[in-house]
Amino acid sequence: MKVEEKILPDPSALKKEILSKYPSKIAKKREKQLIINDPEKDQPIQANVRTIPGIITQRGCTYAGCKGVVLGPTRDIINLVHGPIGCSFYAWLTRRNQTKPPSPDAPNYMMYSFSTDMQDSNIVFGGEIKLKAAIREAFEIFKPKNIGIFSTCPVGLIGDDVHAVAREMKEELGINIFGFSCEGYKGVSQSAGHHIANNGVFKHVVGLNDTPVEGKYKINLLGEYNIGGDAFEIERILEKCGITLISTFSGNSTIDSFEQAHHADLNVVMCHRSINYLAEMMETKFGIPWFKVNFIGAEATAKSLRKIGQYFEDKALIDKIEEVIAEEMPPVKEALEKIKPRTKGKLAMLFVGGSRAHHYQELFNELEMETVSAGYEFGHRDDYEGRKVIPTIQVDADSRNIEELHVEKDETRYRPRKTEEQLKALEAKGLEISGYSGMMPSMKKNALVIDDVNHWETEKLIEFYKPDVFCAGIKEKYVVQKMGIPLKQLHSYDYGGPYAGFAGAINFYKDIDKLTGATVWKYLQAPWETHKQVEANFVIDVL
Amino acid sequence: MLLRHTTDKVIDRQALTINPAKTCQPIGAMYAALGIQGCLPHSHGSQGCCSYHRSTLTRHYKEPVMASTSSFTEGSSVFGGQSNLLQAIETIFSTYDPEIIAVHSTCLSETIGDDLNQILTKAREEGKVPKGKHVIHCNTPSYVGSHVTGYANMLLGMTSYFAQHTGISNYQVNLISGWIEPCDMREIKRIAKKMQANTMMFPDTSGILDGPLNGKYTFYPKGGTTIEELISAGDAKFSLGIGQWATEEAAKKLEYKCKVKYDICDVPIGLQATDRFITALSRYANVKVPQSLTNERGRLLDMIADMHSYLYGKRVALYGDPDWLIPMTEFLVMLDMKPVYIVSGTPGKLFESRMKEILGEKVPEAKFKNGETADMFLLHQWIKQEKVDLLIGNTYGKYIARDEDIPFVRYGFPILDRVGHSYFPTVGYHGGMRILEKILGALMDRIDRDAPEEKLELVM
Repeated sequence: MKVEEKILPDPSALKKEILSKYPSKIAKKREKQLIINDPEKDQPIQANVRTIPGIITQRGCTYAGCKGVVLGPTRDIINLVHGPIGCSFYAWLTRRNQTKPPSPDAPNYMMYSFSTDMQDSNIVFGGEIKLKAAIREAFEIFKPKNIGIFSTCPVGLIGDDVHAVAREMKEELGINIFGFSCEGYKGVSQSAGHHIANNGVFKHVVGLNDTPVEGKYKINLLGEYNIGGDAFEIERILEKCGITLISTFSGNSTIDSFEQAHHADLNVVMCHRSINYLAEMMETKFGIPWFKVNFIGAEATAKSLRKIGQYFEDKALIDKIEEVIAEEMPPVKEALEKIKPRTKGKLAMLFVGGSRAHHYQELFNELEMETVSAGYEFGHRDDYEGRKVIPTIQVDADSRNIEELHVEKDETRYRPRKTEEQLKALEAKGLEISGYSGMMPSMKKNALVIDDVNHWETEKLIEFYKPDVFCAGIKEKYVVQKMGIPLKQLHSYDYGGPYAGFAGAINFYKDIDKLTGATVWKYLQAPWETHKQVEANFVIDVL
Repeated sequence: MLLRHTTDKVIDRQALTINPAKTCQPIGAMYAALGIQGCLPHSHGSQGCCSYHRSTLTRHYKEPVMASTSSFTEGSSVFGGQSNLLQAIETIFSTYDPEIIAVHSTCLSETIGDDLNQILTKAREEGKVPKGKHVIHCNTPSYVGSHVTGYANMLLGMTSYFAQHTGISNYQVNLISGWIEPCDMREIKRIAKKMQANTMMFPDTSGILDGPLNGKYTFYPKGGTTIEELISAGDAKFSLGIGQWATEEAAKKLEYKCKVKYDICDVPIGLQATDRFITALSRYANVKVPQSLTNERGRLLDMIADMHSYLYGKRVALYGDPDWLIPMTEFLVMLDMKPVYIVSGTPGKLFESRMKEILGEKVPEAKFKNGETADMFLLHQWIKQEKVDLLIGNTYGKYIARDEDIPFVRYGFPILDRVGHSYFPTVGYHGGMRILEKILGALMDRIDRDAPEEKLELVM
């Protein structure tokens, strides 16, 4: 499909066709999850609701969000999965969280998979005894400073109290041990697991170490998971700017660094969906303001750095940031000038994550490609429409399951980093404190926004738009490619990356160019399948 | 070092598994179900199970892996998953239109006591299963067995539902395929065809998990075992199970239900297991072994004889599933190599007796273990105690191989970082040559890498 004068085609007919296949109950539900975008209008989208049983969804479970996403990238903790073997096996190194311990003997347990490997006797008689024994064995072998316990589906059902076990073992072994009730069925997607992980880390880790941290501009980066080395690139840029990164939640991270996170003067949030809870709780307890940033896209990176400069209101920092941007941009521009003539006007679709479908549109914009359709796998309404809709979101039974921590000001350590007036003044200058305006306002009119897209819809979308690149995950990869459309994985980056920051943007441009320009897609038909060539017919008889 | 905390000091663990050499039952059920034509596997559990299994199978095959889920929430976990499964069946038939849905349970649905038989009966009674379509099931609680027994259970489900005994023999031999690659299934069929044996294979993932790229996506590719074929299993004159762990239950069921006698052989990996498979097939299908197959055997032997000196005495560590570890170990011993360390997370007493029988005299120093805590951490610790020359197993071995600087041959499941395993068979005599090629490639690349300049050999 060619997009004329940058007006996206009206997908009403497509939407109708998609819905017509479903039984009426499903059609009614899906109708509210497929929105034809109009950035001028407020249109509610239904999100963070149950997937209809039987639908082939992209979504995973609560455990995946908690253990896999949020705690997975932290290296100095033994993440012990309490349950049958599978859950620990599947989450073993598959998310590509890279990590770089500072020395050869620094703790790094990320290459290991730990499990209590529950057997039927543990299901019948309870698994707490085995869990305790496993913790003792882990301690004896590895002498870790931290152990996290992750509950899988049967654990909650048989009534194992992982929190009580954690308390008892913490007392016995004298190290930090804490549990997560992140049973897979807890929520409608991974998202519930993110929230549970945020709560656990906040309750059991953040603020444990009051040793001051040196540095003039101290920040934490929240919602960055170091897929393909993204965190390394962001760390490089921040360091160059003279910004002290105390902790990243949780790419290339340590529990040690989380313990000191409360010394930061600012929290910047990348993936709003998975980590906004921690940002809010740290603000309430310690007085650290937060705002949204995005280091995906060179322009977005520059903008995010400038926001940090603006926040600290320090000329030296602002000047340094400008200097860094000026230094980093020329190679980016150079790469873009080479590649853009080939990518301009091509079409992209993104169905991934709870932020990535938004963030990566920045990179496609830089390549002058059009995003015709996008949606999240596990986003909430605020990720689509902006945080302004939070008060109007109905809390359903599935969300009510997830504990909301009651957080109060820390009596001794609460220290407002900015006065109310200062924050207001910054907002007046356009710095959106504690805000996120969501994906939909930044997308074009007529773009089709789809929550929790499924296989049937994917097929129809491809048929309608014939995109040049489809972005999703491994489960969709080869389905889409069989149709002759290249798929870019935006969870694992197809084992490439980093894509964050300036160097990452260049990598992404090159990878998209490589993918959309691949020669293989031109040979999908055999010569004898096209009408023009009939020579091969003769050969068949001979054989 | 990647596995920097692993030392040679082995502690007897009772509760903690580290770096497992197995995964859970449902993924095996899903893989087996993909070997039926027109089948959509369905996972009755949380979304995560289905998502993880599809992701792992997709990474291994680099092919579409379609499966649906009952999408349990907390409510369904408390009140039971019946309404989820009934809704799922309705949704699946209207949206994805399969010929058959193959449901497997998970630890979640088993723990709460969902009775799949009862739920599926209800679905049929309520007309949720369209005429001519099928829903089958098997029980795969993740806290029992391993991915291999999950595969076995789905095969049991297939025979329980479909096999029919009409009393009129169709003179076929059922080849019940263990957990092997699509290309291996195709290779076994090629061998059977060469022998002019009248066989029917189930399940059969060839044509499904190795589909062509031609610009068209086919939800249900025309590969796999058909429902008619599964029904016909009951009228066969004999069943030959290929791999004890994966196929014996189904073979037994066929005998019990349809009076089809059976025998079990090892997966035909390497010389002797292939010899036994061909002998068995020749006997049960009452066909002669053609000279061309004997020639294939001779070519494998020729290659072994030619390259024997590079293999002799080399110490090997292996990990994976019993059904391939047993014939592979036997093959390595036949090559005069020394399989010294072997682990499998899959339980089963037979493992020990078979390994003793194979290794006993030839490699008395060998250590092997299967079941709980027989994991890759233990294997690595053994390797730390005394080094090996070669490591054979799935992709997770690359961390050990790199830390210890050991030549590494990828084999088993899952292989996430290389291609070829699903396309180029390792069963049969030709397959044996491929295994040999891979082993020799790894060992000889190492010789080349480590040779001093003056010692680099041109001819090897």
